[in-house]
Amino acid sequence: MKLNERSVAHYATCDSPPDKTGFLFKKGERNTAYHRRWLILKGNMLFYFEERESREPIGVIVLEGCTVELCESAEEFAFAIKFDCAKARVYKMAAENQAAMESWVKALSRASFDYMRLVVRELERQLEEIQEGAGGLQGRPKSSRKAGGVARSKSGASFSASTVPSTQVTGAALAQGAAHARSLQEEVQLLSGASKENGVAWSKPSALVNGCSEGPHSGVPWEGNGGGDGVRPPPVPPRRRGASLESPVSPGTGCFSKLHDWYGKEVAELRVDWLQSH
Amino acid sequence: MRFNEKELISLSRQPSERAAELGMRGPKKGDVVKRRLVKLVVNFLFYFRTDEEEPQGALLLEQCRVEREDSQAFSITFLDEAERKYLFECDSQEQCQEWIDSIIKASYEFMRKNLIFYRTEIHRLTGKDPLEQYGIEDETRFQVTSGLQLMPKDI
Repeated sequence: MKLNERSVAHYATCDSPPDKTGFLFKKGERNTAYHRRWLILKGNMLFYFEERESREPIGVIVLEGCTVELCESAEEFAFAIKFDCAKARVYKMAAENQAAMESWVKALSRASFDYMRLVVRELERQLEEIQEGAGGLQGRPKSSRKAGGVARSKSGASFSASTVPSTQVTGAALAQGAAHARSLQEEVQLLSGASKENGVAWSKPSALVNGCSEGPHSGVPWEGNGGGDGVRPPPVPPRRRGASLESPVSPGTGCFSKLHDWYGKEVAELRVDWLQSH
Repeated sequence: MRFNEKELISLSRQPSERAAELGMRGPKKGDVVKRRLVKLVVNFLFYFRTDEEEPQGALLLEQCRVEREDSQAFSITFLDEAERKYLFECDSQEQCQEWIDSIIKASYEFMRKNLIFYRTEIHRLTGKDPLEQYGIEDETRFQVTSGLQLMPKDI
């Protein structure tokens, strides 16, 4: 089967920030020794390079439909990426210490597109609820109707003492990674079919760059909620529908990347607050 | 570059966001339009020769540009090879627009931006970070980096 390999490799090394990088020992495909590789996780793609300085990846593992598990191995801190299709490969990896292993397992089990979509849908739903509900509510989500359930448990560490071998390491539901995301795919598709507008319409008649930032933005300055401390939220922007993208409280959203950059500045400050208050 | 082909083929059999028979022309000089079953699954566009079980090929839809070519056709170009266009011919303007919209939304990076948008908007409106209740607020992939590379430490 053909793949646009050059462009896929370009995705690995282009300047969008990776989700995780590091050295891991990867068990070879034919040569079953473990080889030290430099790994770059971006989106649902796990690239592996011979060296950190290598320009081109040796290969890539597409992380859809897989689970990530701790595994028994002569190697310490070993885990495996398993796929459930027939005759699927098991990719065995080993980290250099416990913390690295846990960090990788967590990152990999939430790397799928399905999972990202799930989280986006959930937030989209929450935002709609907030916008439709009476002002002043905290936006608590209703208990979920979704198949498989969306447990609200706040899971700190997704691992208990990780000395138990072959434990399926996932969090719970949305704090969870691979396994449940796929079972919700159908529901997600129903949702995606239902509305083209996610509160913001993304279609433009001419060329659209998929996922890349564009030129300098010149949005309307957003009078943000400067002093908000939850007492009375600012007026909620009208629900955006169809092609009408302008709203009184947000910059024009014809180009999401502009909006993204705009929010980026705001949120950098917000993050400091969040971190300080937790 | 190696890739997990078996698993990708299996992925091509999963329920798709959108699937249709379209005219498809490859990016090389001399390529002609051929009917292909085109199927959008997560951030991959698979294309099958009619009546074949396994896809002829797959396109990862990251770092690409989707453009309307004329009333019923669109093209996909990858940013690292801007001269090479994959052309797709649809049966109607409406179908063409639907495909364009779907493909734009089919990128992981696009969804990530959506997520960051919703996250910050919800926080702005409620004072609460909506990811906290799931314990995923610190996930790198959900952070707003705003140009700053918040690379996790290599541990």
